[in-house]
Amino acid sequence: MTIGLTGPPGVGKSTLGNALVRKARSHGKSVGVVSVDPSSPFSHGALLGDRIRLTEHFTDREVFIRSMASRGHLGGLAGATADAVLLMDAFGMDVILIETVGVGQSEIEIAELAQTTVVALQPGSGDSIQVLKAGILEIADIFVVNKKDHPMANQLKHEIRSMMEMLDFSGWVPELIMTQATSGDGVDELWAGIERHVAYLRESGELDEKRREAFAHQVRQLALGQLERKLDRQLGSELAAGVDPYAAAERVLHAFGVSSEIVDEPARVPHVRASVKGLT
Amino acid sequence: MARPLRIVIAKAGLDGHDRGAKVIARALRDAGMEVIYTGLFQAPEQIVQTAIQEDADGIGLSILSGAHMTLFPLIVERLKAQGAQDIVFFGGGTIPPEDAEELKRLGVREIFTPGAPLADIIKFVERECGSRRELVG
Repeated sequence: MTIGLTGPPGVGKSTLGNALVRKARSHGKSVGVVSVDPSSPFSHGALLGDRIRLTEHFTDREVFIRSMASRGHLGGLAGATADAVLLMDAFGMDVILIETVGVGQSEIEIAELAQTTVVALQPGSGDSIQVLKAGILEIADIFVVNKKDHPMANQLKHEIRSMMEMLDFSGWVPELIMTQATSGDGVDELWAGIERHVAYLRESGELDEKRREAFAHQVRQLALGQLERKLDRQLGSELAAGVDPYAAAERVLHAFGVSSEIVDEPARVPHVRASVKGLT
Repeated sequence: MARPLRIVIAKAGLDGHDRGAKVIARALRDAGMEVIYTGLFQAPEQIVQTAIQEDADGIGLSILSGAHMTLFPLIVERLKAQGAQDIVFFGGGTIPPEDAEELKRLGVREIFTPGAPLADIIKFVERECGSRRELVG
C-alpha cells in the first residue's frame, strides 16, 4: 500500500504522516517513509526537517524513514524517490508513505507514484483555493482538511465540496475528511478512507493500471533524464548563429535521427530570426 | 559532480537549547550539504538509528546541558555496536578542554567550543565527511 501525502507548506503533512505511521503500527504493519524537502537552488544544500515529527518511531525496527532532498528535481519529489519506494517495497514494507515537498500548484508527480494520493489543506489561508484551482484537485483520492478546530474549517469544507461538484468523476469520488493531526482527531477516519480507496482500486482493477502507470512514469523519467543530458551535449555543437529556435530544435533532433514532426507542432513563424549566438 | 554530503545534526538528552544546532545546520546547508535535523531530546539510540537510515556521512551533536561525558560516549558505543564507525562523529557545546581531550580519545573526531569559526567547522566537515563519502560512494 503506497500512500502519497501532499499539500502546501505548513499544512501539517509531517504531523499527519506521523499519525498515519502510528495507526499503521497499531495494526502491526511495517512502514517505510520517504520524505522530500527542497534543495536550495543556490547552494544545492538542504535542511531536511520532516523527521522532527516522527521521533517516536526512530527506534522502531519496523519503521524505516529516509529523508530526501529534491536536488533540483521538479514535481514535488526527488529524482530517486521512485527507486526508494521500489526498494522499500522489495524489502517487504507493508505501508509506504511518501511525503512531498510543500507544493504550490503543479507538483502532481506524486499521483504517478502513489496508489492513494492524500491532498491536505488547511483553513484560513486563501491559498487553499488557489491550490484547488490548479491541478491539485484532480490528483486527490482523499482530501484532508487539517486543523479542523480552526473557525474557518467548515467554510473550506464547503468550498472543496462545491469545487468537486463541478468535476465529473468516473469511478472513485474523492472523500473529504476533517482532521486535527496534532491530537489524532479524525485520523481513524482518514485511515479508513485510505483502506476504502485501496479496496476500490483492487476491486475495480485500477490497481494494476496504477502499477503500470507508475512503471511507465519511471521509465519515462529515466529515459528523459538520459535524453536531456545527451541533448545538452548536442546543443553546443549544433547551434549556429542566426538560426531561429525552431530550426535549431529541428537540427538537434535530426542529429538524433528523429524526424521533425514534433517541432512542427507549434506553428513556425518564418519572419522570426532570433540569433541564438548566446547559446553556443 | 559528487553527491552532496549528508549530515545529521542532533540534540540529545534533556537540553532544549538548539540555537547553536540550528546555526550549524544552516551553515552546513549553505555550504551545499544536506542536513537532517532530529529535533530536541533525542536518545543516543534514536540519533544512531537516524544516521544509519539516512546514510549520513557524519553526526554533529550539540550539547549545552553538561551531560556530554555521558551522551558522547554512549553514541560512540552504539555506532560501534551497529558497525557504523565509518560515520564521522563530531560535536560541540560548552565543553571544557580537558573533557574535549578525553572525548577525542574515546573516538569523537572533533569537539568545537563556543567561538569556533563557522568556516573551520565547515572545512572540518567537508574534509572528514568527504573522505567517508569517497569510501562508501
